[in-house]
Amino acid sequence: MQSWLPIPESASTLSGEVDALYYYIWGVTVFFTLLISAVVIFFVIRYRRRNPFEIPRPIEGSTKLETLWSVIPLLIVITFFAWGAKLYFAQYRPAQNAIEVYVVGKQWMWKFQHATGQREINELHVPVNRKVKLIMTTEDVIHDVFVPAFRIKADVVPGKYTTEWFEATKPGTYNFFCAEYCGMNHSGMRGYVVVMEPTEYENWLSGNAGQTSPAAAGRNLYESLGCVSCHGANAEGGRGPALLGVYGSKVVLNNNASVTADEGYLRESVLNPQAKLVTGFGPIMPSFQGQISEEQLLQVVAYIKSLSTSKPEQATAKPAPSATPSAGAKPSPTAKTSSSPK
Amino acid sequence: MPEGLAATHEHASHPALRHHFENMEQQREAGTLGMWVFLVTEIMFFGGMFLAYTLFRYEYPAAFVSASNHLDIKLGALNTGVLIVSSFTMAMAVYSTQIGRQKATIICLILTMILGATFLGVKAIEYHDKYNDQLIPGQLIPWRPFNPEVAKPGDTDPHKLHLIEGATTQNVQLFYWIYFAMTGMHALHMIIGLGIMTVILIMAWRGKFSPEYHAPVEISGLYWHFVDIIWIFLFPLLYLLGRHLEHGG
Amino acid sequence: MEEFVIPKQPGSNYLNAEYGLKSWLLTKDHKRIALLYLGAITFFFFIGSLYAMMIRLELLTPQGDLMQSSTYNKTFTQHGIVMVFFFLIPAIPATLGNFLIPMMIGAKDLAFPRINLLSWYIYMAGGIITIYALLAGGVDTGWTFYVPYSTTFSNSYVIATGVGIFINGFSSILTGLNFIVTIHTMRAPGMTWFRMPLFVWSHYATSLIMILGTPVVAITILLVALERLAHIGIFDPAAGGDPVLFQHLFWFYSHPAVYIMVLPAMGVVSELIANFSRKNIFGYKFVAFSSLAIAVLGFLVWGHHLFVASQSVYAGMIFSFLSFTVAIPSAVKVFNWTATLHKASISYDTPMLYGLGFIGLFTIGGLTGMFLATLAVDVHVSDTYFVVAHFHYIMVGGTLLAYLGGLHYWWPKISGRMYPEGWGRFSALVVFVGFNLTFAPQFLLGYMGMPRRYHTYPVELVSWQVLHVLSTAGASILGVGLMIPLIYLVWSMRYGRIAEANPWHLPGLEWQTPSPPPTENFLTTPIVTHEAYEFAPPEHKEVVGKFERQQPAES
Repeated sequence: MQSWLPIPESASTLSGEVDALYYYIWGVTVFFTLLISAVVIFFVIRYRRRNPFEIPRPIEGSTKLETLWSVIPLLIVITFFAWGAKLYFAQYRPAQNAIEVYVVGKQWMWKFQHATGQREINELHVPVNRKVKLIMTTEDVIHDVFVPAFRIKADVVPGKYTTEWFEATKPGTYNFFCAEYCGMNHSGMRGYVVVMEPTEYENWLSGNAGQTSPAAAGRNLYESLGCVSCHGANAEGGRGPALLGVYGSKVVLNNNASVTADEGYLRESVLNPQAKLVTGFGPIMPSFQGQISEEQLLQVVAYIKSLSTSKPEQATAKPAPSATPSAGAKPSPTAKTSSSPK
Repeated sequence: MPEGLAATHEHASHPALRHHFENMEQQREAGTLGMWVFLVTEIMFFGGMFLAYTLFRYEYPAAFVSASNHLDIKLGALNTGVLIVSSFTMAMAVYSTQIGRQKATIICLILTMILGATFLGVKAIEYHDKYNDQLIPGQLIPWRPFNPEVAKPGDTDPHKLHLIEGATTQNVQLFYWIYFAMTGMHALHMIIGLGIMTVILIMAWRGKFSPEYHAPVEISGLYWHFVDIIWIFLFPLLYLLGRHLEHGG
Repeated sequence: MEEFVIPKQPGSNYLNAEYGLKSWLLTKDHKRIALLYLGAITFFFFIGSLYAMMIRLELLTPQGDLMQSSTYNKTFTQHGIVMVFFFLIPAIPATLGNFLIPMMIGAKDLAFPRINLLSWYIYMAGGIITIYALLAGGVDTGWTFYVPYSTTFSNSYVIATGVGIFINGFSSILTGLNFIVTIHTMRAPGMTWFRMPLFVWSHYATSLIMILGTPVVAITILLVALERLAHIGIFDPAAGGDPVLFQHLFWFYSHPAVYIMVLPAMGVVSELIANFSRKNIFGYKFVAFSSLAIAVLGFLVWGHHLFVASQSVYAGMIFSFLSFTVAIPSAVKVFNWTATLHKASISYDTPMLYGLGFIGLFTIGGLTGMFLATLAVDVHVSDTYFVVAHFHYIMVGGTLLAYLGGLHYWWPKISGRMYPEGWGRFSALVVFVGFNLTFAPQFLLGYMGMPRRYHTYPVELVSWQVLHVLSTAGASILGVGLMIPLIYLVWSMRYGRIAEANPWHLPGLEWQTPSPPPTENFLTTPIVTHEAYEFAPPEHKEVVGKFERQQPAES
């Protein structure tokens, strides 16, 4: 339901503050626009040419005025900057203790997978008053997830993971749009975020249960793609580094640099293992480029993340139905672009 | 008050004076400044490619070292020497026109052109080598796409690609893309430079230059020196990566 | 006020000095080249406007019922490409700048007349290749060509269009080079830097951006073409490349490019305000230096186009801060123009109406840029109609209005005829009203969440349709308002009142020659002895208010 103001519904913890900042800037904008227009109109009428031969006295300028009307606007815009930066930091700082949802965009649809296994297309069900973190990528071109009611937006970029988070404050159904031009059906690449009360959400979860969670599907891939042969049946390591507890930890590389093992690092290690070699290990891991889809990559990443919690995911009885055509990857210890083993 | 009107010029104007300039000095100043401004645009143009080089070298150091070592350092060094000498002969050509020695000017210009052509010839040899080793990136040559043979450890065949630890052929391809883009652009500028030199040579032959009028030679010299300087940057960045390190290839 | 002495001419001017197609196509006269550009630019503006009309018609209804999605995507792409590269960037510099800069500094021509002609031919070549691409099937990547869509997924004429734009870039570079050298080396005796009209200062600043920025977009387009043709891999993550690198390279030019579009307009406005108030611009030096400041700072803010594009949060903060600083010199100009009107003698001629309109609309456009520079708000409005409204306020409310104002102001000098003043004022008003009705609703649409480049929008959002209908209505009015000057300016070339040399009675150098001027501009080189915009003798100068009273100036 739209209020009479020309703004979307305000339905997240940060949307109110974004609106407040917006109104503040509008206030300053309207003030200066009216001020300058009024002054201009006043001068134009008051000093209109009355005599075709009149020449007004030339006035050279005033350094004091120049300073005044440079410094004051600068101070005003610094307040815009400071407030905007502070809020932006809050918008983009990774959310702690959030429900994680994996998002894969592709021309021209969105696939959402909840950490508990539910899959959705073009719709995202979330509970109210809980932080939700979207971990996103795309299978083809750059897209963008834009939820006007939450005042959030982030591009999804091929080759990396981007994230955005929100905490919805009002149950309801809210539009989301793709906000980065992506080809023919760009304006059709949209859907709804459905925010539900806790009990409704639980009902929805159990009504859509029975699907394998991403972590469980990832465990299955861990076995079927042959990761066990080097990383161990229980991810304890072997010819390859141990994966138990690796997510979120600091990894030391063979050039003595160290990186934090986040989702992006894990994804890169599967697709381009030589890019960051863990110290003490040789460059023997083959690349899985071309053999694993973005969705499957997210599942493997989800599995490895689960190894850092108290309950690492075990293999499930029934394998996950893969939704993409490049499913059924067979284990191949050497891919075509690997360097020769030493 | 009315604008003052300058007295009409009475001097016999130099045949090379363009009518919209007041005098030769203004014309020379404008021409020189014009060439400097043009060179600034060239720096921005090459700058984009230097930026790409910097980014990808930072990302893939091992691949860049492997690919750089595969380039023929002798030919690269030879070309560097050739260009440096050609800048010297060009400077001598400018000096010769300044002191009005037509024959010396012509000789120096011809020498510069010979050296420039030598550079291009060596470049052609290098490109041909890359063609043979299937190192031309992507599908620039549709019938011979990028597909180098990677040397096994212990194999010292110089035609094969020796990858050090951490390098992949895919990232090596990025190096070669940058190599061909930068040296290709540079070679194109050399060819244009040779064209300019031809025009200047013909003008010198016809005795158009004198101590009073030699701006075109100076201005062409600026261009030539610029093309030389670009190469001075390209050579170490492309050819000399990691040469001081011991490697297996 | 004394009359200036204009030498009598036996009726020969640059227009009738020579006849025949060859005398125009092989001309070295900067004034004729300016007219060649004027014709071409008008043609491209017309094409770009047709695309605009199609967009506005489609958006009347939420469904995509006027054309298919793929056609719509090509329409907005081509609207952007034609308007940005073939109208906005060259319009003022290549027509008014080419025509006036030599005259304003007392020179006979630009430093390199043949390069000037070459740059028109390059513009035409780029334009013809781009038109070919549009007719052959069009391009649908958005004028911003983001990868990997443009390199790998689009099935349209990306490379052909890219070639057209690449070539056109050289026209820009050569024009900028010519202006810089001319301003440095060909000023008449006594024409010091601080006696030059502000129009020249702003074109100097524009030329700096042209020569520094355009080569970068040239190399960027080249990379897109290479990636598309030969699959090099620089932007392809599967090959180790980075799609966001394209955005950095593209916006490194394209942000300064918007200052190429607006700085010349600001130069025109300085001329309009000063000359139609019969007063020098308040704070001349500050206005001159603010042009340079905008040119420099404009190169440091490109990352504000990447706030939601996965750029680092810290980089975002730096770019946001710098984006605010670049707003200050623009604000300084607006304040100085306003202060010029104080105790002035203001006439309501058509050029002044356009100049005043610019002040209002550019203020709105510039202030709405503040929303976009503010990080947290930009997260919400980026890639929505808010951005579209913002840049149209600057480019149409700003640049186009200034262009029209300048055309009317210098029309007597260019053509030797006056335009009909009544029609001039009327159409200025129609343009102003139509423009605001077109783009003001789009700010609201944007904040409400309507993304840009959308062919369709949700049927249930009735308020969106209402705003779109208002916008389209405005566009129709704007279209009418723009057709009228086209008609009467052409009409006036044959039937307009013959203009005297200095119809507005102004002290600028360009008015001290006949209208139209002879080919060599001045019969003898002027020697400049007074300041810019000097309507009254120097001993009448004062510094405003109670701060300082200056001694009578030395001549």
